[in-house]
Amino acid sequence: MRRLATFPLVLLGVSIVVFLAIRMVPGDSITAMLGTEAGLLTPQQRDALAAYFGIDQPWFIQYWRWLLGLFQGNLGISSTYGRPVLDVILERFPLTLELALLSMVIALVVGMPAGIFAATHNEKLSDLGVRVVAMIGQSTPNFVLALLIIYTLSAGFGVLPAMGEFSPLWQDPRRNLGQLLLPAVTLGFAFAASVTRISRSAMLDVLCDDYVRTARSKGVSARGVIWRHALPNALIPVVTLSGIEFGYLLGGAVIVEQIFALPGLGRMVLDAILQRDYALVQGSVLFIAFNFMIVNLLVDLAYVALDPRIRLSEH
Amino acid sequence: MATLRAIFAHPSGRIGGAIVALYLLLAVLGMLGLTPHNPLTQHRVERLHAPDGTYWMGTDLFGRDVASRLMTGIGQSFIVAFFSVAFATLAGTVLGLAAAWFGRRWDGLVMRIMDVVLAFPAILLALLIVAVAGPGTSTSVIAIAIVYTPIFTRVVRGPALSLKAREFVDAARTFGSSAGYIVTRHLLLNLVAPLTVQVTLALAWALLTEAGLSFLGLGTQPPAASLGLMLSDSRNLMETAPWLMIFPGVAIMISILGFNLLGDALRDVLDPKMRRSIA
Repeated sequence: MRRLATFPLVLLGVSIVVFLAIRMVPGDSITAMLGTEAGLLTPQQRDALAAYFGIDQPWFIQYWRWLLGLFQGNLGISSTYGRPVLDVILERFPLTLELALLSMVIALVVGMPAGIFAATHNEKLSDLGVRVVAMIGQSTPNFVLALLIIYTLSAGFGVLPAMGEFSPLWQDPRRNLGQLLLPAVTLGFAFAASVTRISRSAMLDVLCDDYVRTARSKGVSARGVIWRHALPNALIPVVTLSGIEFGYLLGGAVIVEQIFALPGLGRMVLDAILQRDYALVQGSVLFIAFNFMIVNLLVDLAYVALDPRIRLSEH
Repeated sequence: MATLRAIFAHPSGRIGGAIVALYLLLAVLGMLGLTPHNPLTQHRVERLHAPDGTYWMGTDLFGRDVASRLMTGIGQSFIVAFFSVAFATLAGTVLGLAAAWFGRRWDGLVMRIMDVVLAFPAILLALLIVAVAGPGTSTSVIAIAIVYTPIFTRVVRGPALSLKAREFVDAARTFGSSAGYIVTRHLLLNLVAPLTVQVTLALAWALLTEAGLSFLGLGTQPPAASLGLMLSDSRNLMETAPWLMIFPGVAIMISILGFNLLGDALRDVLDPKMRRSIA
C-alpha cells in the first residue's frame, strides 16, 4: 500500500523530468515542424503558432497548464500530427501491446519447457545444450538477431519479411500476424532465453527443498513431484521476470520497430524527440512510465498471491 | 589470488575470461593504431571487396578495411562501456552508501529520485539524454551512466543497510571509529563482491546499449568506426556484401557473451548465496 502512495509522486517526478528535458533539446519545435518553410513565417505567424501550441509561456506556466489538462484527459496537441496526443498514442499502442504479448507467449512457450527440461536433466549433456543456447540467446542484441533473420530468409529462401502498410489485427488478422511474427520472434528470443535460465534455476532450487523430498518419500511419482509440487513454487520467479520484461516491451521496441518498419510506440517516441514534438514526448513518456509502473505493481501483487511467505512490508 | 583461481576453475569463467581478454587485446591494438590497414583509408578501387588474404573481413562501400574498423570499433565500444559503468558504479555506490548511512529523509529522497529514473524504460531515457546533449561518444557515456546509476544504488543500499545493523559496526562505533572509517572499511569492503558481479553484468549491458545507440545514429559519429554504426550501414548492402553485417554482428554478440559468462562465474564464485535471488 505504501508503494501505491508513492505512485503519483513518482509519476509527477517523471513528468517534470521529461518536461524540462525535452525543452533543453536544442532547436525549437516550430522550425522542426515546418522545416525550411519556417523561414517564410512572419514573426506574427510564428507567435500565433507558438500561442496555438501553448509554447509562448514560461515553462512553469506551460507545465501547470499541461498538468491541469492531464486531469481532464487532455494531453495537448502534437505538433507533428496536428492531432490530440492521446489519439496519436492510442493509435500506436495496439501494435505495441500485441507485439509485447506475442513475444511473451513465444518466450513462455519455449522458455519454460526448456528450463524445466534442463532442470530435470541436471548436469547431463542435454542440460548443458539448453544452457549454452540460453546463454547465447541472452547475449544476442535484438537488432543483430533481426538482421540475421532477415538475411537468412532473403539469402537462403528468397523471402522478404512482410513490410509495407501495417494492417491492424481487427482488419486483416492473417496479414497482421504475418507482419508481426518475425519481430515477435526477434524480441521473444532473448526473452525466452531469460525465461529458460530462470525457470531452470528456480526448478533446481525447488527440487532440493524438503517438501519435495517428503513428497518423493511418500511415493509420489517423478512426474507428480514436478507438476504438482515443484512447478507451482518454481513459477514465482518466472512470473516476476516475465512481468518486468513485458513492462519493458510495452514501452515499445525502438530498434526492432525501426528495422521491421512497424509504426509502434518506440519509433513514435524517437521521432517525437527528434522532431521536438514537446506535447507528444511528454504524453507518451508519461503513458509508457505509467504502464511500466502498473505492470510492476501487478507483478508485486502476483508475487504476494503466489508466495504467502512474502509480505511486502519487509522490503 | 584464490578468487582468480576459482574463476579459472569455473567453465564459464574460463571461456568468458578468455573472450574478454581477447577483446581487450583487440581494443588496445585498435586504439594504438596497430590494425592491418588504416581504418579510415578509402581503397576506392577495392570497394565491397569480399574477405580474402589482404582484407580479412572484406571492405565496405568506401573501400575501408572491415577488420581494422572492427578493431577500432571494439576499442570505441569498450571505452564507452568502461567509462559509463565506472561513473555509474561511483555515483551509485556514493548515493547508496549515503542513503543507507544517513537513513530517514535522505534515504527517502535518494530512493524516490532513483524510482523516478527507474520508471523510464532504459533505452528511452538514454534517447532523451542523447537528444538533449547531442549525439556523440561522451553523451553515450553520460546517458548509459545515468541509466545504470539507480541499479548500483539499489545494489549498494540494501546490503549496506543490513551491514550497518551488524555488531561489528556497533563495536567500531564504541571504539570511536569515525563515520568515514566505518563506511569505507566496514561497509564498502563488504560490498566489493556484489559490486564486482554487478559491474561485470553492467558492462555487458553497456556494450549492448552503446551498440544500440550508434545503430540508431545517436552514438559514435561517422567517419569514426563503431560496431553499431557498421551494422546499421550494412542494412542496405546485406545481399551484395553480407560480411559487412555478419562480422560486426557476431563481434557485438560475442563481446556481450564474454561479459555475461564472466559475470555468471563471478556470481558463483564470490557469492554462492546470490545465485538464487538474481540468476
